[in-house]
Order: sequence, then C-alpha cells, then structure tokens
Amino acid sequence: MHSHSPFLLKNRLFYMLTSVAALIVLAGLYSVHLMEEHGHIITGMNNQIVWGIPHVFAIFMIVAASGVLNVSSIGSVFNKPAYKARAPLAGLLSMAMLAGGLTVLMLDLGRPDRIIVAATHYNLTSVFAWNVLLYSAMFAAVLVYLWTMMEARMQPWSKQAGFVVFVWRFALTTGTGVIFSFLVARQAYGSAILPPMFIVISFAWGLAVFHIVQSAIYQWNGKTLDEYVQKRMKNLLGLFVVAALYFVVVYHLTNLYFARQVEFEHFILAGGGIYPLLFWAGYVVLGNLLPLLLIYLPGWGKSHHVAVASVMVILGGFAFLYVFIIGGQAFPLSIFPGFEVKSSFGDGAIGLYSPTLPEVLLGFGGVGIAFLITAVGIRVLNFVPREIPQKAL
Amino acid sequence: MSEINVQRRQFLKMSMGAAAVAIAPGVFLFDMAHGRTDAVKVRWGMLIETANCAEGCNDCVTACNTENGLSGKINSTDSQWIRKIEIKDISTGRETSLPMMCQHCEHPPCVDVCPTGASFKRDDGIVLVDKHLCIGCRYCMMACPYKARSFVHEPLHNQNPDVPRGRGTVESCTMCVHRIDQGQQPACAVACPNKSILFGNLNDPDSEIARKVRTVASAQVRADLGLNPGVRYQGL
Repeated sequence: MHSHSPFLLKNRLFYMLTSVAALIVLAGLYSVHLMEEHGHIITGMNNQIVWGIPHVFAIFMIVAASGVLNVSSIGSVFNKPAYKARAPLAGLLSMAMLAGGLTVLMLDLGRPDRIIVAATHYNLTSVFAWNVLLYSAMFAAVLVYLWTMMEARMQPWSKQAGFVVFVWRFALTTGTGVIFSFLVARQAYGSAILPPMFIVISFAWGLAVFHIVQSAIYQWNGKTLDEYVQKRMKNLLGLFVVAALYFVVVYHLTNLYFARQVEFEHFILAGGGIYPLLFWAGYVVLGNLLPLLLIYLPGWGKSHHVAVASVMVILGGFAFLYVFIIGGQAFPLSIFPGFEVKSSFGDGAIGLYSPTLPEVLLGFGGVGIAFLITAVGIRVLNFVPREIPQKAL
Repeated sequence: MSEINVQRRQFLKMSMGAAAVAIAPGVFLFDMAHGRTDAVKVRWGMLIETANCAEGCNDCVTACNTENGLSGKINSTDSQWIRKIEIKDISTGRETSLPMMCQHCEHPPCVDVCPTGASFKRDDGIVLVDKHLCIGCRYCMMACPYKARSFVHEPLHNQNPDVPRGRGTVESCTMCVHRIDQGQQPACAVACPNKSILFGNLNDPDSEIARKVRTVASAQVRADLGLNPGVRYQGL
C-alpha cells in the first residue's frame, strides 16, 4: 500500500489541477454570459480602446501556437532527431493554444451568437476573413500532422505533413501581423515590419511555452532532460529572444526617425504612464534582459534557470502585447495633423482603459482551455518526448 | 425522317419558344429592379462651411441624436454619430469649429476590413453597417481614420423604427439614409442654424453642392490617405 502512495498522490494532483483549470474555464464562460446580458459596458473597453485584455490573451496564444511548431519543423523539415521526438508534444500545444486563443477571440465578439455569419458571409478583402481560413486550416493541418506522427501506417507522410504545417504557420503569423500592418491611419500600426516581427516573436514565445511544459512533464515523471538536448534548446530560446528584440528595436527606431511619429514614440517609451513602464520593466527587462542572463550567464542555463527564463519571456510577451495593442489605441488618432484637437468623443485625448474582472476572466478562461487540452492530451495519448540516446544523435 | 422524330423536333421548338416568352419579362424586370441606367451615378456628399460653424453650437449633434434615437450621452462607451470638434493650428493659433462624422469614403477602410461584409457602401456612396451581419469584432473601428464609428455597449430601448440599431454591433452616421430615400435632407443639414452643412449629389454638375465645390476652395480631411471622402470642408 505504502509503495503506491506517490502514484496516488500524483493522480490526485492531476485531478486537482484539471479541476482548477475547469473552474477557471467556467469562470470565463460566466463572464461571457454576463457580457451577453449587460453588453460590453461591463468591460473596460470603450469607443477608443476597442480591443482590450481579451485580445492580449487571444493574440498571445495564437502567436505562441504558431511559434511552438518550430520544434516540430526543426524535427521534420530540418531533420533534427532531438526535435523530432518532441514534435507531437509541440503539435498538441499548438492546437491547445489555438483553441484557447480563438475561443477568447470569438467570445469577445459583440455578437458571438452570430459566429456562423463569419463562415457564411465572407468578405475577400478582409484580413480577418483570411484569418478565419488560416486558423481553421491550421487546426486541420496540425491534426493531420499529429496523425502521421502517431499512427505507424501514416508515418511515411509525416515529412510532407510537417512541411505543410511549416509553410502554413508562416502564413498564419503573417496574417496575425497583417491585422495591424494593414491599418492605414493608426500611428502604432500600419508598418510592413509587423508581420515578420510577429513571426520572430512567435518563435520566442512558442519555445518558451514548450520549455515550461517540457520541464513540467520531466519533473512530473521524475526524469531529467538529456544535457545535449537541454543545451541546444536553451541556446535556441536565447537566439529567438534576441532576434525578437531586434525587430522591436528596429520598429521603434524607424518611428523615432519620422518627425510625425515622434510624439507617439514619446508616449509609448517615456511619457505614457503605464505603457512605458510595461514596455521597459515588463518587456525589455523582465521579458528579455533577465531571461538572457539566466540562459547565457556562465554557470547558469540549467534546466530550472531556463524554465524561469521561459516564464519571464511569456510575462514579457503579455507586457509587450498590452503596450502594442492597448497603448497603440490609447494614443489619439491624428485626424488633423498639426492641430490641437478637442471634442466630446475623446479626439486629441489619451484614451483611458482599466480592465475589469469579466474580461480578465475571459482571457484566463482561454488559458484554462489550452491547459485542459494539453493536460488531458498528455494523460491519454503518447505525447511525452521519447528520449533518444545521445550517441544516436 | 420518322414521324416520331418530327414530333420531337416540334415539341422541342415549341417548348424553347414558350420558355423564352416566359423568361423574357423576368429578365427585363430584373434589370429594372437593379436600376441599371446609363445616367451618371448619384454620389451623395456634404460641404461644410467651417467659417459659419459656431463654437459651442451643438444643433447638428442634437438633431442627429433625436432623428436616430441616440441617447445623447457622451461617456466613452456611448454612441456619437456626429460630434463637434474644436481645432487649433499649433503654429498659427487659428481656431476652427467643425462637425465630424462618417466621411462616406469612396474607398472606405471599414468596408475593406469587415470580415462578413456587414460594412458596405451603397451605390450612391453612403457607407452603412448591416446590423444583421455585424458580429461586433470592431475591426472597422480600428481601421477608420476619422474615429467615426461607435460600438453599442449596452442594451437599447425605445428605438426609432426607421433607424434600427443593435447591442453588440457597430454603427455610425448613415447620412440619414432613411430621409434621403424619401427625398429629404439629413437631419444635421436641416438643423444647422447657419446653413453650414450643404447636402447634395456631388455627381450632378447642376446641383448646388457640385457648383460650389467647383468654385470655392474646399478640402477633404486626411486627403493624404487617398480615400476620397464624400464630406468636404471649406475654410480648413
């Protein structure tokens, strides 16, 4: 009896964790019910800040869902066995986060009951409409990819399926970046650097999520990660974090150089209250500098350091999106360049936004969905990476 | 040729003739219903004389609210289809007051980005939202360079039957399309005490608005964006 107790304890822990996640999902659904009943008035969103916290959560998860597939691509397209063993887990995480992110996005609509209209009425010039296709095809593609990897008879097709997923996720993240880069009149957006920036950012966020889940699985099963694999994956995370930071720096430098954009940059980087604070402390320091130290400092970079660094990258990602999405809208539209403007509709004024509990719960509800899919998936199917001895690599 | 074949040919001829006679009026009526004429298309527009627009006067806004059943409240979550903007040239200090509403662009970004096609432009240039197709994603509000659109944040009561609105959908100035279709002028143009809002068909060379934009200097707001708004401003 005594020898069974660790197993029983873990079993209980599993049910406890999934129950907590299910409760969070329920709380999110209850928030949706409240928003349905009272309207978006119970959120902090308004006619100036039209996209808020739900969009920060949704876009984070969708971007990370695309990036996490890097792990599978490196395995199947670039033939690295260490990554190949991890490809199924990456596929599961991708689907889980895509499901979580899209749920949040759909339930935040003013009329979520009309979601079917998005499928029956299709405006070909709309980036959103393209994304409906990109997201649903992504789901299907990853599902087929998982099938080719996990079903022995389908394995000959695995490489092809992996390649389709590899190409499609570039299109998907480009589509997400294009949502913003096609906005002609907003100072924060309307830049061609945004799609590639989102692609590189997705690599960093996706790999960070993968690291955390992988660490948790290994910890849970009392295994230690092969040192060679750990080192490679840690260095890859560092590289992605640096590359993402590079794009963000170039984006801001370009804006700083244009006289018409200087006021906006001043708002985001210095004078805008919560936004510069989140940008510098949240994104730059917590999301980039500290993780890089944890990864590269001599003597550090062990598994637990990388796990902490990954959590920081994710928190930095949320800070970045808050500044990018909400800060970008808070800065007033330039309807009359060169004029001081005031009106009853907030023209010329910084938009105010304070997130409320329902929208925060909706966001976490999406994370809960992603967690549940991942946890149950790993429990019932064979997603745990099968370690290949180092000499075989 | 056998008797049967001749009969069959005759039958085919007769039925094709009958089909043509049956369909022709329908095709003709279909064409009529779509109003296909060779005449120049209508483009409704407005010319706003800012020199006459008095600071502090809100009559156009009030008339719009009454006509369209808006509450008139000005919280950040309330709908404002038309608003008065006070602008001051930073380098010269010159102050101007003007009404701002949907500019009814020829190339409206809101229509481009709308995933379901709920945002659309009528043949006569009026940009509208189909309240039955709008899913409330607010992408059009992100795309509009004029901040012309509002999202209905709360349940609505006592609506004007001529102007259906809906909670959870986006809305904006309709140029009082329900009045225009009855041959009337938009409520704001009628209400302006200084007759600062001139409404008419920009494409009719004999209309007052077309003659005026031909002879006096007027400008479109954010003309650099190339959207060709149907609302023009004098004295900007």
